[in-house]
Amino acid sequence: MILTKEQQAILDGAQGEVKAKVMKTLVMYGETFEADKLVPVTSKYNHLVTSFGLKMMTPVFDLMQKLIDAGAISEQQFSVDPRPLDPNVPANFLQKFIFNNFMYSTQESYEKQLKQLGLMGDDAFTCACYLDEVGNKPGKGDVLSWAESSAVVYANSVLGARCNRNSGIMDIMGSIAGYVPHFGLVTDEGRKATWIIKVNTTKKPEAQLLGSAIGMKVMEDVPFIEGMNGWLGEELTDEVCAYLKDFGAATASNGAVGLYHIENLTPEAKEQGRALVKENAKVYVIDDAELERVKANYPVIWKNPDAQPKLCFVGCPHLSMQQLIDWTKKVEAGLKKAGNKKVLIPTVFTTPPAVKAEFDKSEYAARLEKTGVILSSICPLMYMNNPLCAKMPVITCSNKLRTYTTSRYYTEEEILVKITEGGNKA
Amino acid sequence: MKEFKGRVVAPGCVTAPALVSHGGLNTLASFQKALQFGDKKATCGDQNNPDLYGKQMLGKALCLPMTIGSTTGGLVLYCACAMKRQPACLLFSEHIDSLAAAGSVLASVWLDEVSMPVIDCLGAEFLDYVKDGMSITVKEDGTVVVE
Repeated sequence: MILTKEQQAILDGAQGEVKAKVMKTLVMYGETFEADKLVPVTSKYNHLVTSFGLKMMTPVFDLMQKLIDAGAISEQQFSVDPRPLDPNVPANFLQKFIFNNFMYSTQESYEKQLKQLGLMGDDAFTCACYLDEVGNKPGKGDVLSWAESSAVVYANSVLGARCNRNSGIMDIMGSIAGYVPHFGLVTDEGRKATWIIKVNTTKKPEAQLLGSAIGMKVMEDVPFIEGMNGWLGEELTDEVCAYLKDFGAATASNGAVGLYHIENLTPEAKEQGRALVKENAKVYVIDDAELERVKANYPVIWKNPDAQPKLCFVGCPHLSMQQLIDWTKKVEAGLKKAGNKKVLIPTVFTTPPAVKAEFDKSEYAARLEKTGVILSSICPLMYMNNPLCAKMPVITCSNKLRTYTTSRYYTEEEILVKITEGGNKA
Repeated sequence: MKEFKGRVVAPGCVTAPALVSHGGLNTLASFQKALQFGDKKATCGDQNNPDLYGKQMLGKALCLPMTIGSTTGGLVLYCACAMKRQPACLLFSEHIDSLAAAGSVLASVWLDEVSMPVIDCLGAEFLDYVKDGMSITVKEDGTVVVE
């Protein structure tokens, strides 16, 4: 890798030992991928994946402290993934005790570290940092040092930014140095598709199911997806962006997709069309039967597969304003149809703090509250990462949450029936 | 006995029993339970990985195509190394992915006394050949002996 004089000087220790280690980390990381150089990070803000003061992450906190002590702080502020705790989300006494005294006992001190490192604000905790209300929305062509798989795949695919699937810690290293290695999804060549996905379904595919099928098939490759314009149109409306947010999260968590192109819809596909597809690209055809096959193969790891669900999470990744409004209307209609006043399963919708603040100003906030649904900005994934919650029969329409926890996946329609009509219906 | 030649990502020599994943290793899903709740054997908790689910990863020569899933993957691997619950080595049939590479590099640069040789580009034939329990020897130059 060829370094500029300034980069070489940092590597040689001109700005101290810790900064030299930061640069060494980036150089070694880049050399693993035959990167030819380091390129400047150009986005206004960074985004980190590590929001949780989880005790198991003590080695990470130690490393963060080394950076702080050495003054190796980024010039960029950053948003970070959602908090793991919210007292409004149902948890019994034992669960709360374990959350606060064991699992997340370092949350407060870690948040102090985040502030010292450049957190955008007290409420900058969300995986959907690119939503307008949050304000961390990079422009097309911006080079990022982000982590959080769902945010990276959205930034690359829907916004046309350039970011590799950086790991946690590596995200902050690039931001501190102000450079990231030039390889993979940062390069023109790395953004070309090696898969063509032909969607031949008879109805609009469920975003998180389609994403799951594609992620499991292509893994870390770049897919070019055809056959979606009939369902999504050719404009990136709020509704379409919300669909792509959920779709992308599933491709990234069920596989390792960092970028997808959708014909005539996503920015690079609109500009370059089939020129984005490499020669000899593999083909994957998805029809109704294939989606059913994928869904039927998800393991059910509840001790009692017929258990009555005790909790439902909607919003992993966090819901947009439009999604919150749509869900409010759907829950109201579902309850009315079933003759019920409140949801029959404790249900939590999750959204960024900034979206929640806006939603709370709208007429829909009171309407949603009336249905019994709890609105939170928690990370459902972190909530479920303990043996007590893992034993609970939790349902979700998030394929990301399903992948990392014991929660059981249902389509949005199925979830709606379950929470409005009864636990084991649908 | 068969020899495979790969690329050295993190150098080192080790001999350990093989543990084979034919699908991608979801690092967060695989390690989180072990790191969180004191499982010193690092039992794999990824329900979606039938090859590894419920098996001990500590001290094994983990043979895999790539890692997948959450971008916490690299820091999870870094924490596993810091807590001495890492596999004996990581042997990738394909080019290493960005998350595993991050974990490997972070451990090399920021941790003292951590040894987890990482070899990639061993080829599809390597994963076809190697089976759980076979003895794996990793040499300094990226040669992997399976017997």
